[in-house]
Amino acid sequence: MPRSLLRDWILLGPGLTWLALLLVAPCAIVFFFAFFERGVYGGVDYVFGFDNFGRAFDPLYLSIFLKSAKIAGLATLVALLIGYPAAYAIARAAPRRQTVFLVLVMLPFWSNYLIRTYAWIVLLNREGLINQALTALGLINEPLSLLYNEFAVVTGLVYNYLPFVILAIFASISRLNPETLEASEDLGASSVRTFFRVTLPLTIPGVAAGAVFVFVLSIGNFITPDLLGGGRIQMVGNIIYDQFLTARDWPFGATLSMMLIGVMMILLFTQAMVVRRMQGDREGAHA
Amino acid sequence: MKDKAERTVIAIERVTKRYGALKAVDAVSLDLAEGEFFALLGPSGCGKTTLLRAVAGFVRPDEGRVLLDGRDMTPLRPNKRPINMMFQSYALFPHMSVAANVAYGLEVEGVDRRETQRRVGEILEMTHLSDFASRKPDQLSGGQRQRVALARALVKRPRVLLLDEPLAALDKKLREQMQLELKRMQEEVGVTFVVVTHDQEEALVMADRMAVLRDGVVQQVGAPRTLYERPANRFVAGFIGKMNVFRGEAADGGLRVSGRLIRGDGDLAPAARPIAAVRPERLRLVDAPPADGDDAENALPGRILDIAYHGQDMNVRLSVEAAEDPVIVRLTADAAEAGDWSPGREVWCCWRREHTRLLADG
Repeated sequence: MPRSLLRDWILLGPGLTWLALLLVAPCAIVFFFAFFERGVYGGVDYVFGFDNFGRAFDPLYLSIFLKSAKIAGLATLVALLIGYPAAYAIARAAPRRQTVFLVLVMLPFWSNYLIRTYAWIVLLNREGLINQALTALGLINEPLSLLYNEFAVVTGLVYNYLPFVILAIFASISRLNPETLEASEDLGASSVRTFFRVTLPLTIPGVAAGAVFVFVLSIGNFITPDLLGGGRIQMVGNIIYDQFLTARDWPFGATLSMMLIGVMMILLFTQAMVVRRMQGDREGAHA
Repeated sequence: MKDKAERTVIAIERVTKRYGALKAVDAVSLDLAEGEFFALLGPSGCGKTTLLRAVAGFVRPDEGRVLLDGRDMTPLRPNKRPINMMFQSYALFPHMSVAANVAYGLEVEGVDRRETQRRVGEILEMTHLSDFASRKPDQLSGGQRQRVALARALVKRPRVLLLDEPLAALDKKLREQMQLELKRMQEEVGVTFVVVTHDQEEALVMADRMAVLRDGVVQQVGAPRTLYERPANRFVAGFIGKMNVFRGEAADGGLRVSGRLIRGDGDLAPAARPIAAVRPERLRLVDAPPADGDDAENALPGRILDIAYHGQDMNVRLSVEAAEDPVIVRLTADAAEAGDWSPGREVWCCWRREHTRLLADG
């Protein structure tokens, strides 16, 4: 074995072992379970079959999948609409202010995910701060129902994943050569045109990375819909959770998990293709 | 050589730009003529790029105006000016093909598709890029990218093309080739070119006229030959090419240096420290001083320090009492063979009176 190859394996060893034990092995077990049946008292009956997959395509579960995709998609869209301008502003700010802004973006991570989600309950409930403020201002007569609906779930998801979107897009924008944007203006383009013809296309890899990140984490999320949806919003994550821990139907939970993983893989693959198309063919054909 | 009486395209009127306490450009006034190749030359930080960007519209001057064909352009954004710029990094759009890069400016302007295609084809032909039309910028060599940047700016048929260090990113051999190529293209399209460079040789080769800047102030404007042979001050003399400098005292319409009178042209302001400046290629080495009555010749004694052989010529360094640095004498192959020049020898360097610049050391 050449020395460099040996060195690569030694360096990769711990990481690969970690992934093999804690990612590949559990996935394999889940994959394995998906083809068996639920035992009478929970657990698994090792009778091979595809019944679970038939069940998963039942309109009931499909509609939950679609609804989860819709909520995740909505969260992604909102996160991009808020995140892109913020990332743009940070990337264009003076270096010293840039650091301050980036710290502010990361600030929510200094507290626990659950605590942050509970905070939203305090903000959104009928007697919550937002309703109180709106009532005090005389804008509303009756408190708005802001909590335990899709709006609350999307808000919670956006809030939690927005920093990742901002960081991903920020990285893309700060890599832009400012002269490229000046060149567009110099050639006669307005700033709006420059944005859509030059800035946005060149930062698509960052947008794609941020979008996939939010979508993948949102569609599988079960804590936020549980807490902010108040049990009224069921997402795939909640169903899987229920199958494993309430219904004790591990094989069916495994099947749903496999389908969710499938969706995520397709998305990650698509994102990789987008990035490759943006960068690969630029680096590729030099020879 | 172009006719000096041609009309002014761009008039820069007392433009000043401050960054904090620093004046990057300090009350600069310049007139750029129709169809000329103009160079802004100066060391880094002299304000030449700021001045160029003020003409392009990316820098808003604190004072002064920029006129194009007599119209005040100062408040206009870069996209409203019939001026295009070739950026130092070329700033090509990496996600677009060569053809799309070049077509961009016409599309934005609303030129119809057929006309755009025709003009893009034409300019790609002129810049020898036709075979690369569908390539992406990163699949091109440095020289090809430079030509794309040029084509993209020229296809707009600007009144003035601004070039920010256009050749800095190229290697030496390609740079020399591109100097002549740029000059050829400028003559072909007849557009006024304004090039910013720190490379004096580049400016000398390409420019019809040039301005030397220092600390945001114009030191001298003129044809390359004028600036080289008749520099207005010590800075210009030293910045363009190599210059030998002798110190002395103003006397009898000349400069008294080590007891000998050096004559030349230029006026010595009485207050300033006067110097005599002469180019290395104007100096000759002789064994004995010229006869005393010879008014046309200047001469000073010195001792040979060392000799550097360059193939096509030979640089002899002399220690001369009144000179600040060792004097450099550039001898042609013929002159080098005419005498026995070896280190340690006492010799005389002499040169003609008309090749001497008498300057105030500023």
